[in-house]
Amino acid sequence: MTKQQANWSPYDNNGGSCVAIAGADYCVIAADTRMSTGYNILTREYSKICKLADKCVMASSGFQADVKALQKNLAARHLIYQHQHNKQMSCPAMAQLLSNTLYYKRFFPYYSFNVLGGLDNEGKGCVFTYDAVGSYEKVGYSSQGSGSTLITPFLDNQLKSPSPLLLPVQDAVTPLVEAEAIDLVKTVFASASERDIYTGDKVEIVVVNAAGIRREYMELRKD
Amino acid sequence: MASKQPENSLLGPEADSQRTLYPYVTGTSVVALKYKDGILMAADMGGSYGSTLRYKSVERMKPIGKHSLLGASGEISDFQEILHYLDELILYDNMWDDGNSLGPKEVHNYLTRVMYNRRNKFNPLWNSLVLGGVKNGQKYLGTVSMIGVNFEDNHVATGFGNHLARPILRQEWHENLSFEDGVRLLEKCMRVLLYRDRSAINKLQIAKITEEGMTISQPYSLKTYWEFSAFANPAQGAVGSW
Repeated sequence: MTKQQANWSPYDNNGGSCVAIAGADYCVIAADTRMSTGYNILTREYSKICKLADKCVMASSGFQADVKALQKNLAARHLIYQHQHNKQMSCPAMAQLLSNTLYYKRFFPYYSFNVLGGLDNEGKGCVFTYDAVGSYEKVGYSSQGSGSTLITPFLDNQLKSPSPLLLPVQDAVTPLVEAEAIDLVKTVFASASERDIYTGDKVEIVVVNAAGIRREYMELRKD
Repeated sequence: MASKQPENSLLGPEADSQRTLYPYVTGTSVVALKYKDGILMAADMGGSYGSTLRYKSVERMKPIGKHSLLGASGEISDFQEILHYLDELILYDNMWDDGNSLGPKEVHNYLTRVMYNRRNKFNPLWNSLVLGGVKNGQKYLGTVSMIGVNFEDNHVATGFGNHLARPILRQEWHENLSFEDGVRLLEKCMRVLLYRDRSAINKLQIAKITEEGMTISQPYSLKTYWEFSAFANPAQGAVGSW
């Protein structure tokens, strides 16, 4: 008699896309608000964006339960950090913490595809991009999630990021102004919604700059 | 050679028989929506044992504390286990005797953590839960699945309800539904489920929770119409061998 196999999976993909773009003195982080499972839409108004620290915002897509657990984990760790150091965590510090947290579950991963965006200690925009097990890199812009294959090539074309192999090392942050970057994000989500069934409903755009954090929304296709 | 694991661990081959592989006695869809004064929730009273309709008076909606209402689909015994956990939660909450009481948001969060933790141990509670309630004038309606996926919305459903009821609710739900309109909308959803979900039975309850409290209706049946011409001769337009 063969051993019974479990007929359920501990994972699910709740879909959605995330984007982040770093500027000279701002960072734009955006994600759609659709949560799906299989061919169903569960809800049209779910936020995938989480503010981890004053100048550090994370957008994650993938398996919502894991994303939620990861966000709570990081928020709790940040609170402890604040108690111990009497200051907010910087974005690069949070970036390392996220990587370590993900790798901690290397053998039962958080099915969470993250982009971390914010301002570094000098007030310059920074974006960090991750895979599900914590491998990360500082970049000028990034996209993750179900629409990333549609979005990334377009961002590559529009943001003309210099090769990291060039010397002298060139700045990855975009020369675009904040308003232009937001416009680009809107365009990119509108395009992704056309062809990716898991992206749509609304895009939530969060902008981090010296003045603080602000949020805006744009409607997307509901189909 | 005896295993050196403690009896209650989930490691080792003997433990596999203790992990949930599939459900036995199950309840079908729960549908719920927000209306003007609070939350309305509907569920039928069936407990199926595979394809047998074994139990016909299962209450799949229960009040939790003063402010919440929990509806469950899936394995009935796991639902009873969850009620047991919640009894303890509410008891401790009451024993603080500090004038504060757990609201629907808190109970939903607790349930999400319980479901997610069981999923992490590869021993899930095989339920999809709907948690609704009102506290301090704030209406709340959320859901959590057996692997811990959770969200809140103006209307939610489990199982087949997602396929058949949600589209109706998306079309016809609006803010500040009256009680009568809310019930009519829920009954419309439950009727479609009755026609099209083979595990649904025609004996349902509708529960209402408002700031004042929770009431659950006596079991009743929906009027159905089976004389649609499509039902009368279903093979009419489909000549073939099957």
